[in-house]
Amino acid sequence: MRVVLAEDLFLLRDGLVRLLEAYDFEIVAAVDNGPSLLRALVDERPDVAVVDVRLPPTFTDEGLQAALTARKQVPGLPVLVLSQYVEQLYARELLADGSGGIGYLLKDRVFDPDQFVESVRRVAAGGTAMDPDVVAKLFAKDSNGPKGSLARLTPREREVLALMAEGRSNASIAQALVITERSVIKHTSNIFAKLDLPVSDDANRRVLAVLAFLR
Amino acid sequence: MNIAKDARTAVAGLPLAGLAVVEVFFFSLLVTAISLLGAGIGLFLIPAAAIAARSTVNITRRLAGARLEGGIPEPYLPEPPREGGLKSWWARTQWILTDPATWRDLAWMLVNPVVGLVLVLLPLTLIAFGVFGLLMPLLWEDISGSGGNNWYWFVKVTDSQSALYALGLGIPTLLIGLVSAPALMRAHAQLARTLLAPTETARKVLHLTRTRSEVVSSSAAELRRIERDLHDGAQARLVALGMNLGVAEQLLAKDPEAVRAILADTRKASASALTELRDLIRGIHPPVLADRGLADAVRALALDSPLDVSVTAELPGRADAPVESALYFAVSEILTNAAKHASPTHVDVDLWYADGRIRAQVSDDGHGGADPSRGTGLRGIERRLAAFDGVLAVHSPVGGPTTLTLEIPCALS
Repeated sequence: MRVVLAEDLFLLRDGLVRLLEAYDFEIVAAVDNGPSLLRALVDERPDVAVVDVRLPPTFTDEGLQAALTARKQVPGLPVLVLSQYVEQLYARELLADGSGGIGYLLKDRVFDPDQFVESVRRVAAGGTAMDPDVVAKLFAKDSNGPKGSLARLTPREREVLALMAEGRSNASIAQALVITERSVIKHTSNIFAKLDLPVSDDANRRVLAVLAFLR
Repeated sequence: MNIAKDARTAVAGLPLAGLAVVEVFFFSLLVTAISLLGAGIGLFLIPAAAIAARSTVNITRRLAGARLEGGIPEPYLPEPPREGGLKSWWARTQWILTDPATWRDLAWMLVNPVVGLVLVLLPLTLIAFGVFGLLMPLLWEDISGSGGNNWYWFVKVTDSQSALYALGLGIPTLLIGLVSAPALMRAHAQLARTLLAPTETARKVLHLTRTRSEVVSSSAAELRRIERDLHDGAQARLVALGMNLGVAEQLLAKDPEAVRAILADTRKASASALTELRDLIRGIHPPVLADRGLADAVRALALDSPLDVSVTAELPGRADAPVESALYFAVSEILTNAAKHASPTHVDVDLWYADGRIRAQVSDDGHGGADPSRGTGLRGIERRLAAFDGVLAVHSPVGGPTTLTLEIPCALS
């Protein structure tokens, strides 16, 4: 699997390269600033990009901007954004085009290589990987208002949706909640129905379910 | 026309006239004290004389200021701390002599007994003379008989006929006295304000002195908080990490299973250290503010707030980082307060720029009753804005809704 990596701190870039290579990813470009990232994304068309939000030259949200621009030119280009902090505002911007292939994780998640690599693979396959912190914030907000879309869901369905928003598979949700995969499937189809999501392939519906809250 | 009220106004001139006479005394006292500075003894006399003079002039400020909106505030520089010894005397004398207000007080004590006295006594004099004219038909015989002055204005009162003329002149005299009283007393008050109120520069200096000391102490408190957070949080966790790794190293050969558990713990501890650092950084300078500026930072705040907040922003550029940061934290605190106390269903935040000022308005439909004189939160926001010459306007009747408007003069880039 071909990966473009953008991270300005040498130690972290080096660590990520080693980590990803250990899991048989092919690093086609490892860059340290916004403009070269954009060029690499458009020229190399990687299977997935792993991008730090804050990059030179401005040290603001250069990486995020480059990823968004690249996705305009290459629709659906899978991007996993890493950051020292997560903002709902940025999560919305990343998910806004509704085409999936988006990840937004805290840098700490790299500490668990297996799960991190699973997230990278999922994003590459067109799914999502939202940091549990982002998801928690979304839920904290929505559960406060009676008019929120969450009000229509049962507590169990909310739990399933939260895990789904993180981008977990049915099997992984079943394991986390200690229920059978069959009941997870039952819950997810209830959620899709309650959120009025159109019939389409499962991965896309999962993205839409997350988007339903963001609005 | 309200005769009783105008008469009272005219009578109010009496204490002011008395003060004017007393001020002549304090003028000479202070001037004498200053002229004795060369002889050394002035060093001890000046502060005492000045303070006595100031308390007299302060009474004038209060009495005359009552006729003007906003009154006449005191202009004096704050007193230096007393340390004792000769040096302290010198510092106090210097404090008096370098304060422009001292010299303006002196000018006032010179002008007031001349111009001021005329202004405050004229209405009362006219009224008294008018009453005298009205009584002329009763009094003229006694006055003439005792060989007193029998002129009333231009009429020589020698018989009951001319006494009636005097009565006719007495009526307008009395009326003029009454009618002119409010205007003349006001003119006196204006004159007092010109010399006794703080000048624009003095006001600025006072404001700057106050806000500077507030900024210095609040940033010192901030630094202490950050130091404590780092010390108890990230630093302690890093020490624990080091210790855990040391133990793991020791156990490596004997008990690899235990090492595995220790390493898992260590990884968790490093994640919590990161979380703590992240929260700390957010409190110092929020990442979105650094990345995107005020508008998006406030939008991010709105998203994170448990309340239903909508944000509209029309900012044609970015303000200086300190201004942005002050507004951001102010809005953040207001949203927190609203969530805590007002329980609104909806909050609107508007940001815009007009007339060289950046403004933020936060309106909620909660139950109101926010009062800067009671809550320390609003007072703190006021203080933080004051450092940038900004202001906070609070409109929060009990029962709501609440509108807070924050305003800071600044240029956008």
